[in-house]
Amino acid sequence: MSILVDENTKLAVQGITGGEGSFHTRHMIEYGTKVVAGVVPGKKGQEFEGVPIYNTVAEAVEHEGANASVVFVPAPFAADAVMEAAQAGVEVVVCITEGIPTKNMINAYEYLRHRKTRLIGPNCPGIISPGKTKVGIMPAAIHQKGSVGVISRSGTLTYEAVDQLTRLGLGQTTCIGIGGDPIVGSQFVDLLPLFEDDPETEAVVLIGEIGGSAEEQAAELVKDGKVKKPVVAFVAGKTAPPGRRMGHAGAIIAGGKGTATEKIAALKDAGVQVCDSPAVIGQTVAQALGK
Amino acid sequence: MKIHEYQAKEILKKFGVAVPEGSVAFTVEEAQKIADDLGGRVVVKAQIHAGGRGKGGGVKLANSAQEAQGIAQNMLGMKLITPQTGPQGKEVKCLLIAEQIDILNELYAGIVLDRIRSQNVFMVSTEGGVEIEKVAAETPEKIVKEYIDPAVGFQPFQARKLAYALNLEGDQVKACIKFLLALYTAYEESDASLAEINPLVVTKDGRVLALDAKMNFDDNALYRHPEAKAMRDLSEEEPSEVEASKYNLNYIRLDGEVGCVVNGAGLAMATMDIIKLAGGEPANFLDVGGVASSETVSNGFNILLAHPKLKSVLINIFGGIVRCDRVAQGVVDALTKVEVTVPIVVRLEGTNAEQARQLLEESPLEFIVATDFKDAAEKAVAAARGA
Repeated sequence: MSILVDENTKLAVQGITGGEGSFHTRHMIEYGTKVVAGVVPGKKGQEFEGVPIYNTVAEAVEHEGANASVVFVPAPFAADAVMEAAQAGVEVVVCITEGIPTKNMINAYEYLRHRKTRLIGPNCPGIISPGKTKVGIMPAAIHQKGSVGVISRSGTLTYEAVDQLTRLGLGQTTCIGIGGDPIVGSQFVDLLPLFEDDPETEAVVLIGEIGGSAEEQAAELVKDGKVKKPVVAFVAGKTAPPGRRMGHAGAIIAGGKGTATEKIAALKDAGVQVCDSPAVIGQTVAQALGK
Repeated sequence: MKIHEYQAKEILKKFGVAVPEGSVAFTVEEAQKIADDLGGRVVVKAQIHAGGRGKGGGVKLANSAQEAQGIAQNMLGMKLITPQTGPQGKEVKCLLIAEQIDILNELYAGIVLDRIRSQNVFMVSTEGGVEIEKVAAETPEKIVKEYIDPAVGFQPFQARKLAYALNLEGDQVKACIKFLLALYTAYEESDASLAEINPLVVTKDGRVLALDAKMNFDDNALYRHPEAKAMRDLSEEEPSEVEASKYNLNYIRLDGEVGCVVNGAGLAMATMDIIKLAGGEPANFLDVGGVASSETVSNGFNILLAHPKLKSVLINIFGGIVRCDRVAQGVVDALTKVEVTVPIVVRLEGTNAEQARQLLEESPLEFIVATDFKDAAEKAVAAARGA
């Protein structure tokens, strides 16, 4: 199986006619994702690549049965788009947009807290369940169907890890980029239990980085025995200077907190296999699985 | 984005947060004039984007306008070295001249995002005037927190709780509540990512004031705060980083000898880490973004090559939607425009990586082509040693 999205996912694309939205919608359709609707206010009745466009997400749900959405809306309006998707009742909303003001995200997070919709992102590559569906911007070709789950705060570093897995014949159930912002809809701790419950997932790769305490929280979950499947981790930013934002808005060592060293120590203490080098993620998973 | 203390105080004052009387001086004459207007008994504070100024001699008391003038003369243009500036220090270009305050009590108040809860948190402590990180590590029970519910914002009852937690009495409580509520409004309305008052002081005449003030802004929200954006002081930033920001490149200068050009922030950090594992030191962090066109690569190279310690460069691109052969073409085009004197190691992986390698090998330029991530780091470090 896979988690969050699969062959039954009916996707609405918010911002389908924009540069990014249109480009990646073509790639998603090419991969086999069931893109059932586009949402662009004021463009109801138009079509993109044969996909009908609606003014609101609610219409996309009502007329096309959309049960997931992906947001390519520009940063100033993206948090609003996320809340719209949640109100329309989709199960999952994936927000690709980078650069959303923190204040907007605090409000959107609070809005979603009271609803059943799960948010992935923002500032993320999205989710792919290889062989089934792709909701995001990742290169499909490096993925392969299999039994490893991947959760990551990064984009291209995730591709690097997935590529290593695939080359070793280790396919993936689902790969999720949770995003590089200080506030993201889902953290490692929200997703690890889903992989734990998924019968097809045999091991999980967790890719963290400096800033915040998502890795420490994940370590605690593993330590508490709530994740029994093998977890292999890499934490980027051992050489990052304190007080500097390393590209991602959330990747910053603030007040001496959020260092890679602390995170690695917490993960190791919980029994997670932490890779020293980003080049050995694949082979560490292979060893963990006895392959 | 960071701003100076005097700018933070200007913003706070606008929102009704009590701050000592004072203003900024860029010249000795201005300093004397302000000191004179304030009655002569003033504090002269060097304005740089770093803490610990008092320890470095950047905060001095004067008892007359003349004395203030003398202090200003010495301070303007000096290299101020504090625990936060590093050994090279920072040049003092302006001063805050403010009234001297008779302090009864030094406290702490700050607002910041709590990433675990995804809410802002208001923190106060009776331990003012020392680093709050130190208090948090040694006596965490002395920090009292109130989380801010996004639906309703910071409420008066929360301000009361915090004021009482600071052991204040009578009129001090009222003044403190007003102060905390105004501080929250300033934080919220200006899309700040940090508002820190350390110390927050109670004066002998019963006032509650921000003796020092630090505010940072959410970079992602600057588009709706042109007044805050105008406060950016480029002279406080590393020149090569300012240059990089003009081209929308994410560049951070470091102290090593192996330069790196990478697409994506996570992979860029991982590349720095693997250079270190291979026995080298990264010269920079550089994320050229998902596109990695000829233009971004050549701009990146220009900035990188200005680094005096640079001995080799590692280009590490994972081609996804962007095809590697296009990136390779970009690299070749860029290097015909920019003269590069150090060895370049290239590692391209992902979509069309094979065509990309061929393109690099057939070009008249000299590249060291790496086969994988580890190999690339080792070759780049070896090249730096040989250079």
